Amino acid sequence: MAEDLLYQRFAEGAYQTILAASSRLPDDVTRALAAAHAREQEGPSRSALAFILENISLAREKSTPVCQDTGYPTFYVTLPARYDKARVKSALREQLAAATKDAVMRPNAVHSLTGKNSGNNTGELFPAVYFEECGGDRLEMKLLLKGGGSENVSAQYRLPHAPLKAGRDLEGVYRVVMHCVLEAQGFGCSPGVLGVAIGADRAQGYSLAKKQLLRGLDEKNTDPELARLEERILADSNRLGVGAMGFGGATTVLGVKAAAAHRHPASFFVTIAYGCWALRRKTMKFDGTGFEITD
Amino acid sequence: METKRIDLPVDRKIVADLRVGDEVRLFGKIVTGRDAAHKFLVEQKPDFVRDFLKGTFIYHCGPVMRATPSGWEVVAAGPTTSIREEPYQAAVLEEYGLAGAIGKGGMGDKTLAGLVKTGTVYLHAVGGVATLLAQRMKRVVGVHMLEELGAPEAFWIIEVEDFPALVTMDSTGASLHKTIREKSDKAFAEIIS
Repeated sequence: MAEDLLYQRFAEGAYQTILAASSRLPDDVTRALAAAHAREQEGPSRSALAFILENISLAREKSTPVCQDTGYPTFYVTLPARYDKARVKSALREQLAAATKDAVMRPNAVHSLTGKNSGNNTGELFPAVYFEECGGDRLEMKLLLKGGGSENVSAQYRLPHAPLKAGRDLEGVYRVVMHCVLEAQGFGCSPGVLGVAIGADRAQGYSLAKKQLLRGLDEKNTDPELARLEERILADSNRLGVGAMGFGGATTVLGVKAAAAHRHPASFFVTIAYGCWALRRKTMKFDGTGFEITD
Repeated sequence: METKRIDLPVDRKIVADLRVGDEVRLFGKIVTGRDAAHKFLVEQKPDFVRDFLKGTFIYHCGPVMRATPSGWEVVAAGPTTSIREEPYQAAVLEEYGLAGAIGKGGMGDKTLAGLVKTGTVYLHAVGGVATLLAQRMKRVVGVHMLEELGAPEAFWIIEVEDFPALVTMDSTGASLHKTIREKSDKAFAEIIS
């Protein structure tokens, strides 16, 4: 019985996390968009940013989705051993279905063979749920709602990349990431945030890159070399002139978050997870009775 | 920059005068249609859509809708990426007498040629501003193919008021997307040289 109550409370927190992620854009992202608006010249990009800022306030006020594409929901759960992963997972699926019914989430799970929409945001590998175990007794869950348009412009490069003269070094990494931003233009709903993974295998590269989107925009990379790379890509991306929505302007990228992993001697992958301006992420901390939700 | 009011349905002669960079505000009925809808329009050539598509804009959008006792309510309805409709768009504009398409990200040469041929335009709505755009939607007039295509893909006929968009491709063959791509290609070559 006590166990049932535990999962019931967890489920309540999960629902509120989904609602908060869908309707309340993180403060750091909102601040970065406001700064982009302030420095943009009069023109379509500036108007687009003004609409974006108005939309963010409206969604927050009305508790409605910031963007109608509520994404491919991705949960990262860190939990102590006392939790049963199957129960956590089924609670997440149930709450996602409930949030879909309440129009907090759009039904996005489409059967790849029949084309049929499941109608409740659950299906095979949908949502994505990743578990990691931890000590202590507190569960932490991060949720990322990343839209399809931005996922479609995410990319993976294999170094060396001859056409871009990108070798197996940080200069090469820089060149392919810049190319990804160029190719994305406005398609991923710029100004975007880049999650960059250097190394790993193909599968973990995408996973690590996406995970970087959970980091705060104002948080400095602890590795000085990666911090320099992030700053350089950010500055140079904003010299491309793509601008908000690809209308032409001074801000194409809001932030760059890079991580490095070990790689196989034969492989050198650089993976970029493109996050749209509507970077929806929330963290829930759950101590077994109450929960706390932060950006 | 001028903001132009467009009342729907609209005569193509009015639309043909719109130019890249014009901001427009739409009033009247528009119709959502995205991937499955475009494929359906081209492959099945259904007749039931003709009346409500003529003289208006097809909106690349998969909205979040809420069923209420008094009918459907639009909760969130920003544009989706248009380029996926590139194989179909020109044919759809021509076949159904549309005034143009609304979406995001712009479209390619095939659509651009279609705009020139039919005297229509491509309007860019701001991606992601779903709640704001839903506020400009006053009423859901009807829905078709909801069961077959699912909520995001169905044809939703929606009455809009003061719906903001930017002309980014026009009937003279101009495209803001092409211009920005060329400029950014050049900037890229200089930056990484």
